Amino acid sequence: MELLSFGDTGWGDELFFATLMTIAVSIAAMAIGFAFALIFTPLKLSKNKTLNVIGNCYTTIIRGVPELLVIYLLFFGGTGAVMYVASIFGYDGYIEINAFITGALAIGIISGAYSTEVFRGAILSIDKGQFEASQVLGIKKSIQFYKVILPQMLRISIPNLSNVWQITLKDTSLISVTGLVEIMRQSYIAAGSTRDPLFFYSVAAVLYLVLTFLSMKIINKLEIKFNKGY
Amino acid sequence: MISIFPSLLNGTAITLKLLISSMFFGLLIGLFFAILRINNNPLINKFAYGYSYFFRGTPLLVQLYLIYYGLANIEFLRNSFLWVVIREPYWCAIIAFSLNTGAYTSEILRSAFQTIKEGYIEAAQSLGVSKKITFYKIQIPIAIKQSLPAYGNEIILMLKGTSLASVITIMDLMGEARKVNVLTFKPFEAFITAGIIYLFLTFIIHNIVKYLEKKYGFQT
Repeated sequence: MELLSFGDTGWGDELFFATLMTIAVSIAAMAIGFAFALIFTPLKLSKNKTLNVIGNCYTTIIRGVPELLVIYLLFFGGTGAVMYVASIFGYDGYIEINAFITGALAIGIISGAYSTEVFRGAILSIDKGQFEASQVLGIKKSIQFYKVILPQMLRISIPNLSNVWQITLKDTSLISVTGLVEIMRQSYIAAGSTRDPLFFYSVAAVLYLVLTFLSMKIINKLEIKFNKGY
Repeated sequence: MISIFPSLLNGTAITLKLLISSMFFGLLIGLFFAILRINNNPLINKFAYGYSYFFRGTPLLVQLYLIYYGLANIEFLRNSFLWVVIREPYWCAIIAFSLNTGAYTSEILRSAFQTIKEGYIEAAQSLGVSKKITFYKIQIPIAIKQSLPAYGNEIILMLKGTSLASVITIMDLMGEARKVNVLTFKPFEAFITAGIIYLFLTFIIHNIVKYLEKKYGFQT
């Protein structure tokens, strides 16, 4: 137990901050994913064939390749790409992209593909009458989206978004391969220096369980709150 | 570009081996725990729920590390005959993947068991079919047919999951792609080629499952 104490002798504080890092990366990735979903959901629903294909390509490719591949591609390829762009502007030094940013972006791209599917399903399940009614009332398209469609879409998609959140939270463990110190990386370091992998990976497992458990509780509360009127 | 292809294909073979063996063991584990889940005994029920909760609530990477690094830490296991199995990264990966997919499969099958209409079981009962035969000949086939679409997704998720084997030194498709990247410093070629192979595999699995669904799909 003293291995988990706070301060210089134990790994408690390190693991605590690593947990905060995991939460931070997950939230950042989820937010980036929403941004992607807001771009690609309209593309997938659009009547234009080309836009449709672009939207479908995004969700199909990202959901069809391993998460680790996306992370490696961004981590190894991203640095090269940025350095190439920089060399065009005359800067030849080595540029290292922050592991947090690459990690959050990689996981965000993945969770965005799942969110896109969730939003698409939610919009399709909204009654057609809602669109027609707001049109008849002369509501502008943009306002129609923000005031009529979006609130309903969010309410319908909460249960599925909670799944996406769980997937995102677990996917962040993969960023550890790039060196970002989150739960998995910290336990790896701790296990290496104390030679007690069983203990530290068990602690990591428990930390993830606590995170998924707590987020389930919070999401259930949200769901009840948003379903009040129904 | 062409020169990296043979090594990636070797990796693909290992990826497929990992996938097939872990899906096979995972299906057995999943069926076993699904049967425990529909048991009325609360203790057995809780045990099966705990299993699926743990393996669905933690990342696959943690489970893999726990089995690969963690189990080797137990003196007792190191001295037993099991050491032959758990010292091999390949077997560790298969154990971790099987347990992981077993948890998801047990949930898929459980929900399939619970959605079987009472009428089928009652009909079997009124025809004098024994409980055991009802279970093996009616409930299990229906449950498997009903869960085909969800199980297809699980196979694809597991295909993506096998890429994690590369972090415990197995040279699967992902591991080969990493090696190519390290040797040639061409991350885009290595990872995009691997990505295309993964997409191709996903596509094939998707179509096989779709075909099976059409052929054996359960219509009520």
